[in-house]
Amino acid sequence: MSDKIKFTMDGVEIEATQGQTIMQAADEAGMYIPRLCAHKDLLPFGSCRVCTVMVNDRPQTACTQPVSPGMSVESETEELNDIRRSIVEMLFVEGNHYCPFCEKSGNCELQALGYRLGMLAPRYPYMFNKHDVDASHPDIYIDHNRCILCARCVRSSKELDGKNVFQFVGRGIHKRVAFNSDTDLSGTDVSVTDKAIENCPVGAILKKRSAYAVPIGKRKYDSQPLGSDIESRKAAVKQG
Amino acid sequence: MGETSKIIIEPVTRVEGHGKVSILLDENGQVTRARLHIVEFRGFERFIQGRPYWEVPVTVQRLCGICPVSHHLAAAKAMDVIVGADKLTPTAEKMRRLMHYGQIYQSHALHFFHLVSPDLLFGFDADPAVRNIIGVIKKYPELAVQGVMMRKYGQEIIKVTAGKKIHGTGAIPGGINKNLSIAERDSLLKDIDQQIEWSRGALKIAKDYTVEHLDELSDFGSFNSNHLSLIRADGAMDLYDGGLRAIDAEGNRIFDHVDSQDYIDYIAEEVKDWSYMKFPFMKQLGTDKGWYRVGPLARVNTADFIDTPEAEEARVEFMALTGGKPNNITMAYHWARMIEVLHSAEKIRDLLNDTDLQGDDLVVKGERRSEGVGLIEAPRGTLFHHYRVNEDDQVTMANLIVSTTSNNVPMNLAVEKVAKKYLSGTEVTEGLLNRVEVAIRAYDPCLSCATHALGKMPLTVTVVDHNGQVINRRST
Repeated sequence: MSDKIKFTMDGVEIEATQGQTIMQAADEAGMYIPRLCAHKDLLPFGSCRVCTVMVNDRPQTACTQPVSPGMSVESETEELNDIRRSIVEMLFVEGNHYCPFCEKSGNCELQALGYRLGMLAPRYPYMFNKHDVDASHPDIYIDHNRCILCARCVRSSKELDGKNVFQFVGRGIHKRVAFNSDTDLSGTDVSVTDKAIENCPVGAILKKRSAYAVPIGKRKYDSQPLGSDIESRKAAVKQG
Repeated sequence: MGETSKIIIEPVTRVEGHGKVSILLDENGQVTRARLHIVEFRGFERFIQGRPYWEVPVTVQRLCGICPVSHHLAAAKAMDVIVGADKLTPTAEKMRRLMHYGQIYQSHALHFFHLVSPDLLFGFDADPAVRNIIGVIKKYPELAVQGVMMRKYGQEIIKVTAGKKIHGTGAIPGGINKNLSIAERDSLLKDIDQQIEWSRGALKIAKDYTVEHLDELSDFGSFNSNHLSLIRADGAMDLYDGGLRAIDAEGNRIFDHVDSQDYIDYIAEEVKDWSYMKFPFMKQLGTDKGWYRVGPLARVNTADFIDTPEAEEARVEFMALTGGKPNNITMAYHWARMIEVLHSAEKIRDLLNDTDLQGDDLVVKGERRSEGVGLIEAPRGTLFHHYRVNEDDQVTMANLIVSTTSNNVPMNLAVEKVAKKYLSGTEVTEGLLNRVEVAIRAYDPCLSCATHALGKMPLTVTVVDHNGQVINRRST
């Protein structure tokens, strides 16, 4: 019996493999679903809700929902993109994201997603919450002002680095990333080469002394909008 | 106690930022005191505490939208010291210089054509409805277009060196993040001859105006002063780097070739309760005698020579007016500024023809330090950036002395001189009040920079008697 199934997304028939998530199948088909906490090397998590799609008229996170034969998925709708934009706006007002001078600017997934979703200005009031920075590690700089609580560092440290450097503490508005140390980041076994550092989508975890090395115009999202790497597969799929 | 009145000019127009002028009159209508108050507040020195040092050149430049490059480069130069980059690669230094000359060029063009030319072309007493940039566009359209195109050219240079026309990221601690591509070079080279030609024209306007109106201008807000600027080791004008040179009104050296890292041994700042802007002075002369002027006038006065031929010829002509002694005529700032425009255009031409700009060796590093000072000649004068950084790479102290701050005492003196000469015992008219602003504009002050906020600068003048009663108010 074949493990291939078919479903439709935004009216396009997609062939997928049993056990794949909607996001994985859509990626292979060259159809990009916006996301923030999801990462191709990490287990499905379903935290940020940006990848929410309508599955047979019910909202589901595409990064966690497995495909099933004949399912009807809607992703690129005005309503869903407005909700996604709303989530991104909430992240912007909850943290202190000063894109104009942030060294991650141009390489930041949150910023790139804001652009992709057409965010002009947040519709919510800025909260100006006070957050700390941790510069104690000789090679790594943590700026909690820019953390979006996606847990990529938490998961990468466990799943990919085989460590347990990062973990969440607190609840609600007080939730934040903490370190497995009695003191600060310098008291952990984190290394600058850890995937936990590389996989941060925003400017919250940074390699020290590497800022602005890439000039404006050559940064990741300057000429290649977020998701275009996946969407370029669509042409290849069609040609193939 | 006699009757007194007070005239308030608020805000001052056609300068960068917000400020006001207060003029105190006695019972006979004689001006007894005039002051320029800077009413903006700058918080950048505090904002950046705790931030990583490599972020600073990109952050602090945002205290201004007119000459952010100057702050970007001054901070980067301070961070060069922090990362132990004592000598940059030729590509890095020349890219930064190109960025800086582009900045000087566009800023001076903006000031001369957009902010000042209405006063020079139409006269101080002209109808304010005409005496503005729109009036210039209507009556002198070619000149107005030149001003726009010169500014655009400078901005294009900034874009290809810093990455953006405003608030780029080009200069990084120890160097630069890009070189100049052949395509970028060629796009600028094709227009450089035209730019130099326009610069010659602007210089001629400024020079002719000064010479033709010398009788009036010699005493228009003018006074003897010390002058301060960076100077190259061989005494040449150098807008990007060098040691500090200070001279008195006669041209005698007060100090010379002072290492930028030692500035704090020579310069201090005084605080006064009526202005957010501090009052810098040379320590060895004290607050009363140690104040000085910075900017184009000071730079042309302090330089032994200029290392580009046409600007040097212009400098010699400029100095001949005062017999080789320092020129202390406030309105001569405009002439000196246009000499620098021509100098910058010549420098840009030379740099564009230098193949070092296509090099790939962009960054150097050395022994890490905890403290660094970066000095540069910004369009408006010597700019000081001073930082301390802890072992975790966080800024713990920042002090900025911006050009306009150094010109604080001179601007106040100019205001007072003009007010006393023109406003005493006479009916206050718009044209007379404009003279006060003309004197301030000569310095091209960036009041938003000097204390640091954002804004433009319309003008209201209010005459108030000693009881606080408003007698007269004029607005533009």
